[in-house]
Amino acid sequence: MSSTKFILGLFEDPDEMMDGITALQQNSVPIYDVYTPMPIHGIEAKLGIKDSRLGYAAFMFGCLGGTVIFSIIYFAMVHDWPMNIGGKPAFAVPDFIPITFEWTVLYTALGTTATFFFATHLFPGRTPRVMDYRATNDRFVIAIDVKKNNIPHEDINNLLKEAGAVEVKHNDRKYVSYE
Amino acid sequence: MSSHNESIIREPLITGNNITYAQITEDILRPVEKLPGRAWWIGFSVASMGATLWLFAVSYTFWYGIGSWGLNKTVGWAWDITGFVWWVGIGHAGTLISAILLLFRQKWRNSINRSAEAMTIFAVICAASYIVAHMGRPWMAVYSLPLPNQYGSLWVNFNSPLIWDVFAISTYFTVSLVFWYTGLLPDIATIRDRATGLRRKIYSFMSFGWTGSVKTWQRFETVSLILAGISTPLVLSVHSIVSMDFATSLEPGWHTTIFPPYFVAGAIFSGFAMVQTLLLIARKVLGLENYITMFHIEAMNKIIILTGSIVMVAYCTEFFIAYYSQVEYEQYAFINRYFGPYWWASWSMFCCNCIIPQVLWFKKVRTSIAATWFLSIIINIGMWFERFVIIVTSLHRDFLPSSWAMFYPTWIDVSVFVGSIGVFFTLFLLFLRVLPSIAIAEVKLLLKGSSEQEKKKILQSGHIDATQGAFYKDALTKFDAIDIAEYEKV
Repeated sequence: MSSTKFILGLFEDPDEMMDGITALQQNSVPIYDVYTPMPIHGIEAKLGIKDSRLGYAAFMFGCLGGTVIFSIIYFAMVHDWPMNIGGKPAFAVPDFIPITFEWTVLYTALGTTATFFFATHLFPGRTPRVMDYRATNDRFVIAIDVKKNNIPHEDINNLLKEAGAVEVKHNDRKYVSYE
Repeated sequence: MSSHNESIIREPLITGNNITYAQITEDILRPVEKLPGRAWWIGFSVASMGATLWLFAVSYTFWYGIGSWGLNKTVGWAWDITGFVWWVGIGHAGTLISAILLLFRQKWRNSINRSAEAMTIFAVICAASYIVAHMGRPWMAVYSLPLPNQYGSLWVNFNSPLIWDVFAISTYFTVSLVFWYTGLLPDIATIRDRATGLRRKIYSFMSFGWTGSVKTWQRFETVSLILAGISTPLVLSVHSIVSMDFATSLEPGWHTTIFPPYFVAGAIFSGFAMVQTLLLIARKVLGLENYITMFHIEAMNKIIILTGSIVMVAYCTEFFIAYYSQVEYEQYAFINRYFGPYWWASWSMFCCNCIIPQVLWFKKVRTSIAATWFLSIIINIGMWFERFVIIVTSLHRDFLPSSWAMFYPTWIDVSVFVGSIGVFFTLFLLFLRVLPSIAIAEVKLLLKGSSEQEKKKILQSGHIDATQGAFYKDALTKFDAIDIAEYEKV
């Protein structure tokens, strides 16, 4: 049995890579993932990847930030130590709006980014799981996990080549970035 | 889709022949991967001397107190807040480019957003240094935060625009930093995958383990859009709040409702001038003429003429409203501003911001690199004078003629300001050395469709309207990086 774990189809053109995905899908070859140096629009729909739900997270973090700071201001200015400023009401809502707005934005930004990093497993110092070093440069890489199916490797090779892959790699290891 | 053909009448955003994805990576990473040239070292030496001056002047201020500045009982705010507002304003262009232009799907932002955002961050750092420096006793900065304390707790006054400013500037800095760094991740991964040894380890740590998988890119784009959506009102709020530091006071010349939009327009105006100052040099020194093209320079000049004209309308409105209001204090403040002892500062402001930039209506000027750079310096000077004029002319002759005074800066005032420019350029030059100055991934998006070579293919195919082709060729004549002779036979 071959020791190949992953077959990588390396394309130098995003449109040819899209053709490669179509060809693989038409021949029922499951695609593990696709690595590209830039975002490719329309690829999610093609691979059947669901929309990101980060927008919901952003909305909730925004609500949280606004509520937190408004509560702090209410506590400080109205409840804990109300000040008599020319006899005007201590609960001066218009004055509280700018800071409430700022913290709504702050929480949205930090919360959404943190959720993105958490969901995608990105954090400082994480060992990069790289399948091909040129995937961040000038190659559009389709990865096929050949342990998960019984399709002959030659067929996958041919499909990729026909779609325009400039190189097809048979890797024994999943990631090349581990020493 | 990346293969989408763009209309021929749109000008190209990437020029040059035989540009490939690899070529883009190569061109943009050259300053990061190669040792810097002589120009960088000269710039860095001068800038770090400036930064040293700043360090000295601020230390001197802390040691001897605010008395080492030229402030007096009447003019209690002068160069420090002038510098602060100037720097915050400069920062605004970066967020405008990265957020507002993203929402408007202006693709030309892709090649200038990275350095403009870096400029934002460094400008806000310079601005924040003024806040700390003007406290005299910087450890007192803790009292601007609503922390429980042993005086009651005595809280900060949330009704005060100065406290709004603390929240606005800190939020602005944090959000800009997060936006910038998230955008940098794919490009840091590009450096990582090309580097070896220790460099790879460092960039690997900084890349957060970026892989560029489909889901990562999808989330990345969602996050960028959300951050752009919230940064847009944020950037408008920041300078509005800065303007309220003045507008909510009862000082003649400050107490006007026009201040927030007027300050925001002025901020974008000065910010784009600073972007031009930096990028015109960077594109030349780093050899990025194919990515930061004449189209970008002209587009920014158009924004400068628009916002500059808004600022001019605001100056005239202020003057008119002072007359129309029949408030004699307000009238005196403006008569004194333009015809009093600070007439030279006010007219410098008016000439530099309103009159001289009007030459940008001429296409010849907009597409001239030398003229643009010269104008960007003029505008930077003019916008510094604007803040100085607003602050000092309103303060120096207050309600009691017996306390009227002039403001004379000391050499410490001057050193803190000149030094802060040094700090800014030191940070910017270091940024150019260690991080890509152009968003590599975003520029790659432009290669198919918006590049000169793709458009040339469309022209050569001959399937386009002849008038549109002629229009396009005519538009190319302004590009300094395009040899128009190549188009004779096409």
